[in-house]
Amino acid sequence: MKIANSLTTAFMGLKTNKTRSILTILGIVIGITAIILIVSLGKGAQNLILSQIQGLGSKTLVVIPGREPKGPSDAAQIFSDSLKEKDYNELQKKSNVPTLSGIMPIVFGGANASYQSETYRLTLFGASEIVGEMFDLHTQAGEFFTQEEIKGLSNGVVIGSKVKEELFGDSDAVGQKIKMKDKSFRVIGVLPKKGQASFFNFDETAIIPYTTAQKYIFGIHYFHRFIIEADSDKNIAQTVRDVQITLRNLHEITDPEKDDFFVQTQADLVLRLGIITSALTLFLVSVAAISLLVGGIGIMNIMLVSVTERTREIGLRKALGATERDILTQFLFESITLTGIGGLAGIALGATLSFIISLIIKSVSTFGWEFSFPLSAALLGFFVSASIGLIFGIYPARKAARKHPIDALRYE
Amino acid sequence: MSLIEVKNLEKIYANEGVKTPALRGATFSIEKGEFVGIMGPSGSGKSTLLHILGFLDEPTRGEYRFDGRIMDEYSNNEKAKIRNKKMGFIFQSFNLLPKTSVLENVKLPLLYSDIKKSKWNLLAKNAIESVGLSHRIAHEPSQLSGGEKQRVAIARALVNNPEVIFADEPTGNLDSQSGKMVMEILQKLNQKKGHTIILITHETYTAEHAKRIINVRDGQVVRDETVTRQRRAQEDFIK
Repeated sequence: MKIANSLTTAFMGLKTNKTRSILTILGIVIGITAIILIVSLGKGAQNLILSQIQGLGSKTLVVIPGREPKGPSDAAQIFSDSLKEKDYNELQKKSNVPTLSGIMPIVFGGANASYQSETYRLTLFGASEIVGEMFDLHTQAGEFFTQEEIKGLSNGVVIGSKVKEELFGDSDAVGQKIKMKDKSFRVIGVLPKKGQASFFNFDETAIIPYTTAQKYIFGIHYFHRFIIEADSDKNIAQTVRDVQITLRNLHEITDPEKDDFFVQTQADLVLRLGIITSALTLFLVSVAAISLLVGGIGIMNIMLVSVTERTREIGLRKALGATERDILTQFLFESITLTGIGGLAGIALGATLSFIISLIIKSVSTFGWEFSFPLSAALLGFFVSASIGLIFGIYPARKAARKHPIDALRYE
Repeated sequence: MSLIEVKNLEKIYANEGVKTPALRGATFSIEKGEFVGIMGPSGSGKSTLLHILGFLDEPTRGEYRFDGRIMDEYSNNEKAKIRNKKMGFIFQSFNLLPKTSVLENVKLPLLYSDIKKSKWNLLAKNAIESVGLSHRIAHEPSQLSGGEKQRVAIARALVNNPEVIFADEPTGNLDSQSGKMVMEILQKLNQKKGHTIILITHETYTAEHAKRIINVRDGQVVRDETVTRQRRAQEDFIK
């Protein structure tokens, strides 16, 4: 029999067994869709977590006041006032920390900002003039405050895109005055829409000189963090050590166990979050494997039952002159068509659904959630379900085709 | 040279260690153009015999020559080709493909033949016309009566213009009126078109439509005789 005839026969077979064809395709579609959906959403979450860490450069380290939390009972220690102006000045000295290339003290907290009748709850952020450099931020309008403005407790404020939108809508913000804690601030810059970077969502923040923030907003004389940048990746460990020694000297601590601060490096974070993300990956892989298995068994059942059901048809075709090859070709084409359609539909549906879900997540949350298409998962899902479809579509057909025609014809 | 020649044909079914002999040394030959009825009660081995003659099954022992060549010498593909070109089958249970039109059902053997695709429709339509079902060409088997189904099966058996047509209890599932019509067609095929017809039945009445009756009992040929007065399906029909 010619290939063209086999194809026609296969399509007729599919048309005749519509329910079976649709069920098989559905099985494959659901299997592949599930895998793509799970892996794509998982990847999105993973990327989100990773981007959080990578928001800070790898040369960055953070000095946090209080003892490093080792358990729930230590939690209260986090909010300590151990980091002072004196520490800031000493750490800046080359003699103390020679590998330090930049240090920025920060204070932060929630604050209500208002402009005319609009009010918005934002995260207020007191920083130094190198905040743009440290967090890789650039203003889309206006600019950051200068060192002089910090010293002069300037009332300049740089606002995030969301803040600008909420307070000013479409009109220009630079030069306008907003009120926070009854103090008037002059908008000197607006940040572009960026989404989540490092630990802060800058879209919903306002950045002012730390001096102003300490005095007029929070009324404190200490800092919440020091953000330090080492001059190179290799010198991170050295920088951490020098920072620790300097601060211990200043705080008169001899036993490192009693530190009233701790230094967190990017490496620490990566290590910690690495455990979380690898657990997440493992979880995703197992879920994908399970859904693949379930989908595979579904496809196997449908194929096995439907082809076995057609043993009599195979017997009849053989009685009328079909060779074993004719039968196998027919069922091969049928299986290829089913798994092909199912596979493509599954990939399309899976990608579309996870794209839609990522859009929904983006619109209802403030996460910088990015859609990612897991090509490897799609290929794996397709490969596995197609192989299962082919094997269990052809194996019973082959078994039936090898029988004497009368045995196949009499099969019940 | 006879078209069909069997010598000491034996068939033993082995099922879970239990051996059941179905044929115990059948010997006879059939010439081209004959209309033979193979008769016997159920369990006599007549169906087994037909299946072996039609290359649908294989004997355990004994010799079967089709067209002068021993069956064992044919490869599986050659057997498929012979079934396709030289044999036509009519089954008691019709064996039509469900949800497939009469035309497509009749075309089925052509799919596996060397005949050009462009001729398929004409050949199938001619075969359907010869069994008087042209008005049912687009119907599906579920829309047909039993007699009509069997006539579709006959058209399918005819479409490749085979030398021999095997009919396994073709009237077994039919009412007498439809049965007569089927027998009439078979007789016409034998007389006007020269097809060899081998008919299996357990009814003497049906068997008498043949020119020769081979009686089978317990897997052996017990009687082989020419029918003196062949029953005419047409006459019955007219009455």
